[in-house]
Amino acid sequence: MESKDHAALAEVFNKDEDRVSWHDETLWWIRQKRDKNVHQLPEWELLRETASQIKFNVLSNLSTYLEQFEKNATCNGIKIHWAADAKEHNDIVLGLLKEHQINRMVKSKSMLTEECGLNDYLASHGIDVIDSDLGERIVQLAGEHPSHIVLPCIHKKKGEIGDLFHKYLGTPSNVDDPQFLTETARQHLREIFLTRRAALTGVNFAIAETGEFVVCTNEGNADMGTNLAEVHIASMGIEKLIPKREHLGVFLRLLTRSATGQPITTYSSHYSKPRDGKQIHIVLVDNGRSVQLGREDFRNSLKCIRCGACMNTCPVYRRSGGHSYHTAVAGPIGSILAPNLDMRKYADLPFASTLCGSCSNVCPVKIDIHQQLYKWRQVLVKAGYAPTVKKIAMQLMAATLASPTLYHAAGKMGRATIKFAPFAVNNKLNPWYKQRDMPAPPKESFGEWYARNRAGSQEPGV
Amino acid sequence: MRVGLFIPCYVDQFYPGAAIATLQLLEKLGVEAVYPKNQTCCGQPMANSGFEHLTGGCNRLFIDNFANFDYIVAPSGSCVLHIREHLHDDKQTQLANNISQKTYELTSFLTDVLKVEHLPSRFPYRVGMHQSCHGQRGLHLSSMTELVAPAFSKPGSLLKMVKDIDLIELDRKDECCGFGGTFCVTEEAVSAKMGKDRVADHLHHGAEYITGVDMSCLMHMEGILKRQGSKVKVLHIAEILNAE
Repeated sequence: MESKDHAALAEVFNKDEDRVSWHDETLWWIRQKRDKNVHQLPEWELLRETASQIKFNVLSNLSTYLEQFEKNATCNGIKIHWAADAKEHNDIVLGLLKEHQINRMVKSKSMLTEECGLNDYLASHGIDVIDSDLGERIVQLAGEHPSHIVLPCIHKKKGEIGDLFHKYLGTPSNVDDPQFLTETARQHLREIFLTRRAALTGVNFAIAETGEFVVCTNEGNADMGTNLAEVHIASMGIEKLIPKREHLGVFLRLLTRSATGQPITTYSSHYSKPRDGKQIHIVLVDNGRSVQLGREDFRNSLKCIRCGACMNTCPVYRRSGGHSYHTAVAGPIGSILAPNLDMRKYADLPFASTLCGSCSNVCPVKIDIHQQLYKWRQVLVKAGYAPTVKKIAMQLMAATLASPTLYHAAGKMGRATIKFAPFAVNNKLNPWYKQRDMPAPPKESFGEWYARNRAGSQEPGV
Repeated sequence: MRVGLFIPCYVDQFYPGAAIATLQLLEKLGVEAVYPKNQTCCGQPMANSGFEHLTGGCNRLFIDNFANFDYIVAPSGSCVLHIREHLHDDKQTQLANNISQKTYELTSFLTDVLKVEHLPSRFPYRVGMHQSCHGQRGLHLSSMTELVAPAFSKPGSLLKMVKDIDLIELDRKDECCGFGGTFCVTEEAVSAKMGKDRVADHLHHGAEYITGVDMSCLMHMEGILKRQGSKVKVLHIAEILNAE
């Protein structure tokens, strides 16, 4: 692998242990907020099950719902565009901006545009894009990408944000008062909202029966952008559909409770048709989704509503940071989505987990995330993406464990090594030993003890 | 009732005390427990690393060793979960399936099959209970903090039968310790940090012992405790339930 894998990036992140603890505590606090909130709803598990079934229905009838949505949205006066992949999506957006002779655009949060690399693409064509979600604006100023799909700058401390604002927005130095910094961002973005003729948003839910779509934000930045601009472009993955408007009652209750522990997002904005003299365009993006739909074991990853609960609860994510996943969507869900796009590049991600299963338990649409991590491991190894050293070690291990004689000999040898030649394992070549001691070798194995202490049995392996 | 004792490979080699306690505890409860001597490993280390296709040999051995028992009992949630979810043999599908469904983790065997309500054990120490993920979230040995569901704990209910034990509450009741099989070496930095944080929670609440249903998690935490020079010890739950 040319670039660093998850383990290597996580090791870098872990060089500053206090920071790791702070990152872990911050996200754990959100997980606790989520717990507190969901435990107030006795029907929580029923809501999850209902959402899961609605999404299964959507995935089983995706083409029908897409055509229904296109028809109804078109009737409402919305222009629908179809993009097979990231490049087509980016070209469509660029084409729309050129058509309207627009070279500056304001964007509200959209992980799909991150997935497609839209900002860089537009920048290379001379289009200036400003992200208006506060967290996204902060990582944009820092020249980084979001480390979390709901909390893009969760890896940054207040003081670091103050420094960025001092450098780029002219605030005094050494200010880390959140209220002051937020007000600064608000003033800075107000000018952007007032002057941009095009606004791009993501889509949280698109309703097949009405052709409407809903965008959820806590800051109202999507509304500020879209209501002031002439052209609203909404980028949407094809899996974002729900059949009926009434299903919003299920998903809106689940989304933010899972994401941040709020009962609902501050703004759930419904878009059904453009106002007079304005335009709404929706870009429906596939970008690997129909391939994933064809993978039986991984299909239901497309139920994801991007709440980020699996990241907040993941003990590995909390201690490795979103950037260690080197993909737009980090954490457990990202680790089952990314290999679908590029197995070689993301072969490490399904292994960045202890398979503890907490992700599957918090998932509001009941994706069996940890089971899929396990299944991706099998697929990736069979497809030849396992490191050679690991392959040899596993073959050796499998041969040893398939033979009682070899197993008992190896066990004896291992225990003797730790006892008589501890230097062979207690060294820096052994990753276990770096921060942990080896277990003390017992004088005999259980098998040997059993042979001596229970009548009628024999020495194991003889 | 004839029970086949399934002792995970690393317990056999490094923690015979946990296995002896399991055997003695079962015998104390009137169970005829037999240790088939040619057993090795359930195959999980390969499977979780993506090499499930190399576990055929382990599967066949497991079936050969455990086909003739009423139940198979192991002092491990993780290895039992692997057997429950992945034991298979294309040539004898039904037999493999029967065996996997008869395989129990020790504490759930005590609560669900033997329906134990009293234990003659005593352990006068402050004890922290680590919820091993595969036992908890995989085998549903206890309720999980993520779900909105009634609270219960099979290992916890057994520990409460132990005389003079002082069970501590943890800040994070069911967070993973970071062992994760080969994860503990392939993701050394995160694994060790997770282990340190888990141990700190137990130490913060004054644990003298950390216990659990999986020796693997405990081995990981023991490695950290020893490196820190801590006097706090790890003990498999069988050793506490068997203590007098």
